[in-house]
Amino acid sequence: MYIVIVGGGRVGYYLTKALLDEGHEVVVVEKNAAVCTAINEELGSICVRGDGCEATMLAEIGTGRADMLMAVTGDDEDNLIACQVAKYKFNVRRTIARIRNPKNEALFKKLGVDVAISTTNIILEHIEEEVPTHPLTHLMAIEGERLAVVEVKITPELATVGKPIKQLSVPPEARLILIIGANDKYRMPTPNAALKAGDRIIALTPHEKEAELRIALRGA
Amino acid sequence: MKVIIVGCGRVGAHLAGLLDAEGHEVTILDNDAYSFRRLSPTFGGTAQLGNGIDQEALKRAGIETADAFVVVTQGDNRNIMAAQIAKYIFNVPRVVCRIYDPLRQELYQALGLESICPTVVFADMLKEKLLGKV
Repeated sequence: MYIVIVGGGRVGYYLTKALLDEGHEVVVVEKNAAVCTAINEELGSICVRGDGCEATMLAEIGTGRADMLMAVTGDDEDNLIACQVAKYKFNVRRTIARIRNPKNEALFKKLGVDVAISTTNIILEHIEEEVPTHPLTHLMAIEGERLAVVEVKITPELATVGKPIKQLSVPPEARLILIIGANDKYRMPTPNAALKAGDRIIALTPHEKEAELRIALRGA
Repeated sequence: MKVIIVGCGRVGAHLAGLLDAEGHEVTILDNDAYSFRRLSPTFGGTAQLGNGIDQEALKRAGIETADAFVVVTQGDNRNIMAAQIAKYIFNVPRVVCRIYDPLRQELYQALGLESICPTVVFADMLKEKLLGKV
């Protein structure tokens, strides 16, 4: 594949190295002359000095035949514009942007960027998985649908222990999928199924209903 | 008319003064409080510290009820991004931004973003002045 990378910082550098190792054709666009020279000395002449948001620059390096453009500078706005120019001016099939502000993930997708990767979100997800006491854990995001599969733990002190599901105010947008009991025996979340201490409840929910779901299952 | 201006540089501050004097409700946003020194002492609108590409900051500035949105920060990319947030996320009826790079302006104009390219406008004006057509 021919891949254009905008931004030769640490992320751009290691990304380029990995892609070259996999046998891809890579060109890096970087504004800073010193950074450019360093990359060219280490990885061979693959870095061009210039602004990756400028159409003339992108035309010069043949972005029209690129299979993918990845914008990994430290500034969200630069990454957005580089991806949009690639997409709308050069019809690059796949554009990937690195984002700093996790809230920009939805925005970037709406504005035509194919994949927006938030390092902040990735780290947050790992924190959630590593901390077992966290009451609501993300198991999987359903791409494009703003839905997530989550796990909610039922601990013994909760007021909801012993209550049947029909008595809990689970938001209608969320769907309980399965209850996994303390001994890994699972049962279906029927309206009459009662919660037990040690249960883990697997549910599908829109992101904005997560808090409501957690309160319904664990109490306020 | 309720107007939000992002970027309190010379142009932003001057525009804020003009609109305020005409009785419009103006909120001007900048991420450096020192920039607000450029506002005229008679400016009666709101000066608010905040980042023009942060949706929370824009909400605090009242973007949800704004009639018009102008972005004139130093960075083309920041201007384009803020303008797109205003237009496509908050559906502000009138959005105008400044784009210095003529090529970038051309592309975003084609994509439906209203903008002014000072580079082209000013070069044209200079040329006409030099050639004595004004």
